[in-house]
Amino acid sequence: MFGRDEKVSALRLTAAQYIILGIFLVLAYGLWRLQVMQSEYYSLAAEKNRIRNVPILAPRGKIVDREGRVIVDNYPSFSALLLRDSSRDLNADADLIGAGLHMDPKEVRERLRHFSALPQYQPIFLKDDITPDELSFIEAHRNELPELDTIVAHRRLYPRNGFMAHLIGYVGDVTEDMLNHPQFELYNPGDVVGISGAERQYNNMLMGQNGSRRALVNSHGREVGQLDTKDAVAGKQLKLTVDIDLQIAAEQALEGKNGAIVAMDPRTGEILAMASRPTFDPNDFAVRVSRDEWNKLVNDPDKPLLNKAIQAQLAPGSTFKIIMSVAGWQEGIAQALHVNCTGGGEFYGRRFGCWVKSGHGPVDLPKAIYQSCDVFFYTLAEKLGIDRIARYATALGLGQKTGIDLPNEVSGVMPSEEWKIRNFKQKWFAGETISVGIGQGAVAITPVQLMRAIAAISMGGRMVVPHVVDPTGLPQGYVEVNHYTDVKNVPIAADGWNLITDAMGRVVLPEGTAPSAHIPGIDIAGKTGSAQVVSLATRAKHAHDETLNQNGWFVGFTPRRNPDIIVVVLFEGGEHGRLAARLATQVIKAYVDKQRRTPTKMVEKPKVGGKVEIGGVWTAPDTDGDREVLDDGRFLVSLPRKPLPIATVAPGLH
Amino acid sequence: MARYVSFRDFDWLLLGFVLIICGLGVMEIQSATVHTKFAGSHIKQIYWVLGGVGAMFLVSLVNYQALLDRIHWFYIAGVASLMAVIIFGQKYLGARRWIKMPGGNHFQPSEWVKLILILAVAKYFADLQQRELSWPDFLKAGAIVGLPMLLVLAQPDLGTALTYLPIAIMGVFLGGLQLRQALAVGLLAAVAVGAVFFTPRVHVLKTYQKQRLTSFLEPDADPQGSGYQVTQSLIAVGSGGLWGGKGSQTHGAFLPVPQTDFIFAAFAEEHGFVGALGVLLLYFIVLMRLTQNAQTAPDRAGTFVVMGVVAVLSFHILVNVGMVVGFMPVTGIPLPLMSYGGSSVLFMFMALGIVMNVRMRRFVN
Repeated sequence: MFGRDEKVSALRLTAAQYIILGIFLVLAYGLWRLQVMQSEYYSLAAEKNRIRNVPILAPRGKIVDREGRVIVDNYPSFSALLLRDSSRDLNADADLIGAGLHMDPKEVRERLRHFSALPQYQPIFLKDDITPDELSFIEAHRNELPELDTIVAHRRLYPRNGFMAHLIGYVGDVTEDMLNHPQFELYNPGDVVGISGAERQYNNMLMGQNGSRRALVNSHGREVGQLDTKDAVAGKQLKLTVDIDLQIAAEQALEGKNGAIVAMDPRTGEILAMASRPTFDPNDFAVRVSRDEWNKLVNDPDKPLLNKAIQAQLAPGSTFKIIMSVAGWQEGIAQALHVNCTGGGEFYGRRFGCWVKSGHGPVDLPKAIYQSCDVFFYTLAEKLGIDRIARYATALGLGQKTGIDLPNEVSGVMPSEEWKIRNFKQKWFAGETISVGIGQGAVAITPVQLMRAIAAISMGGRMVVPHVVDPTGLPQGYVEVNHYTDVKNVPIAADGWNLITDAMGRVVLPEGTAPSAHIPGIDIAGKTGSAQVVSLATRAKHAHDETLNQNGWFVGFTPRRNPDIIVVVLFEGGEHGRLAARLATQVIKAYVDKQRRTPTKMVEKPKVGGKVEIGGVWTAPDTDGDREVLDDGRFLVSLPRKPLPIATVAPGLH
Repeated sequence: MARYVSFRDFDWLLLGFVLIICGLGVMEIQSATVHTKFAGSHIKQIYWVLGGVGAMFLVSLVNYQALLDRIHWFYIAGVASLMAVIIFGQKYLGARRWIKMPGGNHFQPSEWVKLILILAVAKYFADLQQRELSWPDFLKAGAIVGLPMLLVLAQPDLGTALTYLPIAIMGVFLGGLQLRQALAVGLLAAVAVGAVFFTPRVHVLKTYQKQRLTSFLEPDADPQGSGYQVTQSLIAVGSGGLWGGKGSQTHGAFLPVPQTDFIFAAFAEEHGFVGALGVLLLYFIVLMRLTQNAQTAPDRAGTFVVMGVVAVLSFHILVNVGMVVGFMPVTGIPLPLMSYGGSSVLFMFMALGIVMNVRMRRFVN
């Protein structure tokens, strides 16, 4: 017992002090552990907490025509994306996100899965070109879904109604297949890249480099400050060699038809116009295309996605006779060949008919060209044999890719004995050579190939590589640059070239196969062609099936001497080449009209007695014959001693 | 001859250290709330501290022995106010803890009940005349603390209820707790806690309370949910490093309630290990000074009163700082003197007032 004033046990008070000291030591250790031992780890965690990487999308380069007129532009639009800088499981929000953005929650989850292996700073793109109500959904759910954000993206704006669609191509999200390809290793998922056409060919130039912004965010995902910004580098502008005016003419000419039209400057290989029908609207791909739409396009029997200018492999028909003529001339056979066409002939024990049943009568090479006499070329083919034909055709680029700067060009076929054995393990039948002589049989070419070959002939054997972008305007590092300026020379005797092109000039005259394509005042040299799609026997059985109609071809250039433009037309189901010729002349007329509208390009007047190009402003069109000199694909004549009167100098006038 | 009670005997040194801690608290509240809707809280906190100092002087003037003599009335009033909270209290975040007072202020009775309990326990043990604690006395002491504890638990406010526990523990410890009693009670407590926490049908703990405890044990299991606060607090403290930093966790609003429960995390982030250790040292000095005052108390009751305050203060620091550094679950217990909040500040200063009261009368009688 002790009294009221008895002190509390001093020992216990001291013990209490030690207990408190113990507590403080433990707490101090806790601080030491976090702030000294694991400081780095937590600093990093704090960093990750508050820094958000927001991409800045680089606009793709514009695409302009040769005169700088904009063909493909961008327009700003909002894209919805998920910034994954918090470790929250977003799958749980997929339903809400899906409802707000009008997406299938399954698709949202699919995207999350697709991006799950990527670093956290890579945002997930959910939807492009969102509507105002989707935008307001995102704004209204900043607190619940801090990861959901918007970004200004630059969408492609293509010409409407498939204008020039095949040449330009379209863009889309980089696919998983592409990412596995070493060529595309620098691309990131979600990048928008060129899928076809020039968009794909020149993607690296057009694409630009996305920038990024490091923003400080608070726990609600709201930005409270900026750290630094890496600006986006806009893609470079791509200048095509195409002339919109000619493109319009080509598109209009093909309207409602199937086929392709290509126009090129034979001097340089610059493609001036390229149209293919049927076409598609690339704007449908600018925003993510739905699977149904895509399947519809891919499975369409008319193959609207196919660029027929470089991807259709068809028999050239009678247009091939120009190549035959060159081969015959160079081999010294055609000069003296005279055939009496009676409407057909017997070759290797089989009768081959001429397209004029009544026959052409006596035919020499020029008449064989402008009248397109089959029997003459059957005979020539028989004399030449398939291997000599193939040698010239191959030299002129048939059965090979032209090397045009567009993706997925096909090579076509130029048959030969070796080709037959290699591919069919069969001997070449001599009778097949006869069909090849008129561009039938196994010959399959693309419109661009044919155009390149005829352009080479029109230039006296100077063969250029077609291209849609001026290679000299490209930045360093484009390997194709050298390739496009690589000119091959196919030897063609000047007299032969003269005779053949003159004969081609008569194709659109009253005695030729396409007189209706004649335009007064324009000196067009060309060749029609009508190519069978199936054998004549099959054709007869299905007389009303229009898909079996013959394909109309025309390839022509102007002026006849030293041409500025060559146009090839494939008119599928066009039945006869003269119809194709009329389409070609529409483009040629547009070109000539434009040339005449533009203020005259003053050519420096050469010294009297100097050399000028034939067909240029200084010579009368009929000047031809022996005084011509071939110089790098241009035919030059010596000026007369006395200057010509001004009245005779207008080009191409008959 | 009895001397007059004089403010010369006031513990100015203790008050000085306490005000330094309050000052650091005000500074940190300012820093943590400057860009939030709570901006300006530090001014209010200054008023609370000034009010607290005034209350402390007032309390120090009333003879604590007179208070102890009437403690049963205070105890009854305290219990009644807790019941009133349950019946009339303002519901906020799913719990009734506040009574709305005229003038727009909110009064949290559980704070002043703490003060009453310190006095009641002191009175009870001071009146006990044994050197060793008997079982009936032990149980009576338990009942004194247990009743208000249950009432606070019913609000529900587990954190505050737990702060009553150290008062009882300190009381029985100094009152002559025997080793076998300690072991028996410890075992019983362990079984009770196990039963409450691991038996699903016993709904003593609310779901959020269980979640808090689970997330304490496994903070990464659900980093955006209950473990969020723990994780963010650890990041805040850890990223402070040795010397402190700019405090992105605090200012980016990643750290929850950086002006109240997590003020120590905010301070540790901005001032680093050195700063945080300095604050701990200040608290330690205050506690040691209080213990010294307990030793020099004029009577048994005075010692018990001061040590009750020591117990409550230590417990608050242990649980709050322990929570901030990840040693303790999130309980919502503020850090005394630093955390923003009128009830907490007033309680601490009134408790200090009683301590001063005891000290000033150390030569009386």
